[in-house]
Amino acid sequence: MEDIIKAEHLTKYYGDFLAVKDISFSVKKGEIFGFLGPNGAGKTTTIRMLTGILKPSEGKIRIFGLDAEKNMVSLKERMGIVPEMANPYIDLTAMQNMMLIGHLYGMKKKEMKERSIELLRLFGLYEKRDKKVHSFSKGMKQRLSLAMAMLPDPELLFLDEPTSGLDVMSARLIKRIIKDENKNGKTVFMSTHNMNDANELCNRIAIINHGKIVAIDTPERIKRIGREHTVIEFSVEPFRFDKNIVPDVEKVKVMGDKIRIYTKDVDTVIKNIVNYARKEGLKIISLNTQKPSLEDVFVYLVGGKNE
Amino acid sequence: MSKFSQFSRSLAIVKKDMLIFYLKGPVIIMGLLFPFFLFGAFLIGRNLSHEYLFVALISMTAFFTSTAVGPTIIPWETRGKTFERLMSSPISITTVLLGDMQASFYFGLFITSAISLIVIFLHISLNLLIFIPAVILALLTFSAMTILMSSYPPTDVPADVMMLSSLVKFTLLFISGIFVPLEKLPLYARAVSAISPLTYLVDALRYSTNLSGYFPLWIDLLALLLFALIFFFSGVAVHKKVLERRFT
Repeated sequence: MEDIIKAEHLTKYYGDFLAVKDISFSVKKGEIFGFLGPNGAGKTTTIRMLTGILKPSEGKIRIFGLDAEKNMVSLKERMGIVPEMANPYIDLTAMQNMMLIGHLYGMKKKEMKERSIELLRLFGLYEKRDKKVHSFSKGMKQRLSLAMAMLPDPELLFLDEPTSGLDVMSARLIKRIIKDENKNGKTVFMSTHNMNDANELCNRIAIINHGKIVAIDTPERIKRIGREHTVIEFSVEPFRFDKNIVPDVEKVKVMGDKIRIYTKDVDTVIKNIVNYARKEGLKIISLNTQKPSLEDVFVYLVGGKNE
Repeated sequence: MSKFSQFSRSLAIVKKDMLIFYLKGPVIIMGLLFPFFLFGAFLIGRNLSHEYLFVALISMTAFFTSTAVGPTIIPWETRGKTFERLMSSPISITTVLLGDMQASFYFGLFITSAISLIVIFLHISLNLLIFIPAVILALLTFSAMTILMSSYPPTDVPADVMMLSSLVKFTLLFISGIFVPLEKLPLYARAVSAISPLTYLVDALRYSTNLSGYFPLWIDLLALLLFALIFFFSGVAVHKKVLERRFT
């Protein structure tokens, strides 16, 4: 299938600081491609290079088969972009924001008006179309941002953390619309640190950490990276736990009144937990084993520490 | 993509700037009142001809209105996180700056035109064939100057830029022959005046009111045009150079 984005050996320095180190990947037509990483991993820097906001220190980007550096302004006509933290104009109304973007994309007035109305309805903002954006909630602003990016009906959408910090309903709506856009043939490049979103939406994902891609594949295949590990989750009453009873495990994580242990040696760990509970007079409330989720693998790949 | 298409998109920037930054009650009132305050301070205690007063008033109005908001637009946009959205659209930084410059120009033109009506009450004969091109060229020059003023440092703190631009503007005001005619200045001061674009507007406006000028009129108009081109293109070059620093 045709490559819509092809990034080769991308590197970005900010002064002496190496933000992105020699990454290469491609995004195929019709894919939802997720770019996952912890804060400061290089996700936004990569998106900014792909969308022409930053110039790569080294490496090449081709979008729709064209050299991005030489053709960025005309390429952007085929792209809709929701930058991270970039706001709509709060002193303009929702409709004025839409019309501004329509003009910047060179759309005809009638077309931009009709499409704006259609999108504002889709995002549940039509009733507020003449209200200034400073009265909008974060979720409404983000919905408007996505509506603005979709206005010119672009073939390729770049979404930087599209659901970050949103209420459940706004996040659901945005995810549904991303899926629908993809069904209609749009290619989506999205960054996120929300594993559920990535698992639910993306055909393929790349995990980036410290500016380097550490894994790139489908979510299911990436989950297999951690297949030799098992997650043991248990809870005891009264809640108490001594890490020293499981000395050779990969990771121990306290989650509310539960403990999650990542290990290759299920037998020893479970016996130790049971012995510990018996010795301390603790009641085991729950104890189960499961294969790692995408989040587990992500934590494993980006080197999370015991908590 | 054609240059015309980019120019037509710059008009969307003009409209946005007008709605957000210029067409606000306090900005318009300050645009109208500020030159009058300065003019009043200049007028009190002096016995000056109507022509002389008109030249001073129009020069200050054109200068202060067309440079009032322009230098702070990009820092405001950077701070409000709207600049990245703008740069994510299919327009170049030159188009954005062309739009910002036009907004400064149209605002200056509107206020200067309104203030120019005072000519009716001063009973002076005004040569519009000199007045109109001189004012238009000067407004273009001052608007282009705001592009250069906003270019460096690449800050997201509008107050930093305002402080620097006020320093430049008031310095230019005092060396441009508004308060003391050029011919009465010592030679070194005249040399300093020559580097101020405002000097050439004041000189051209003197011709338009039948006062005598210091430089030939064609020099005044040519100098304004050259300043406009230099300010705009050097401003664009600096903006391009520091653009990434606004996002990092």
